Amino acid sequence: MVEGLLGRKVGMTQIFNEAGKAIPVTVIQAGPCVVVQKKTVEKEGYSSVQLGLVEKRKGRFTKPAEGHFKKAGVPPTRHLTEFAFTESEEEQVNVGDQILVQNVFQPNDFVDVSGFTVGRGFQGVIKRHGFHGGKATHGSMFHRAPGSIGASAYPSRVMKGTKMPGRMGNKRRKIRNLEVVEIDGENNLLVVKGAVPGSRGSYVTISRALKGTSEKTESDE
Amino acid sequence: MDLVDKVEQKYMDRKISEFRSGDTVRVNVKIREGDKSRIQVFEGVVIAIKRNGLSSTFTVRKVSVGYGVERIFPLYSPTIQTIEVVKRGRVRRAKLYYLRERRGKAARIKERRR
Repeated sequence: MVEGLLGRKVGMTQIFNEAGKAIPVTVIQAGPCVVVQKKTVEKEGYSSVQLGLVEKRKGRFTKPAEGHFKKAGVPPTRHLTEFAFTESEEEQVNVGDQILVQNVFQPNDFVDVSGFTVGRGFQGVIKRHGFHGGKATHGSMFHRAPGSIGASAYPSRVMKGTKMPGRMGNKRRKIRNLEVVEIDGENNLLVVKGAVPGSRGSYVTISRALKGTSEKTESDE
Repeated sequence: MDLVDKVEQKYMDRKISEFRSGDTVRVNVKIREGDKSRIQVFEGVVIAIKRNGLSSTFTVRKVSVGYGVERIFPLYSPTIQTIEVVKRGRVRRAKLYYLRERRGKAARIKERRR
């Protein structure tokens, strides 16, 4: 089985489980994906499949990219990702095959979801690093400034990695071990428990959970 | 249609009696204690309905032994067995938070006749 998919974050809501408890979920439009390339141990030294996310929106492609898709015999896709896949007798994948959510994941599976977090632009030290800041009033002249960034004569420089203002967000982050709550094959929807990086409509990569999960995480209570 | 709605739809497919702000309702809630379940009743005035698809909630207020008690119920929760409308009230706003500052006679609501 292919171990992951590409998708877009649709949004969040809450649904009720069997116990009647409301659980927060994220809806992801996962796939359909198309196999663009197969990598093999003989040729590339490892085995995997390259998937493209099928979308309505057409992109603009360079000649080399167009050739890559032409070779696979599939319409060009804007996003490509590789997933580990070892071919066996029972499981075979051909270039041009469609990969759908229901064939990859089942409810109660655990997945890792990665994507780019919401960009917050240039932010100060309070929002970016959770500094406390100074008093607002009572004659205080120290409000949201970072304060000291190091000592004087020694080391006479600012240490590497010192927390300072700067660009916040818009970084690739992965959330591990999210439980698959529901799968809607008809609409290619994957419903996952909890939050996922990115804004609505942003691209995410969904892969089978790499690390194991303790029993506790499975819908405790 | 929004794709989130498609997910929510399945859970919203149940009959919920119609009521408005100002109505007095009796909410029957299923409560599980160990492996036994029983029905608890909460009766009071609906002071707010927040409509937000499947996440919709409504707030019921009652005065219990001199203390105001408010409870927020998820409208589509399966733990809510039934919502019975006891009395229909005639009110002029959607959110009746002003009732919190009123006691006794001042907190009455006129009945709505059809």
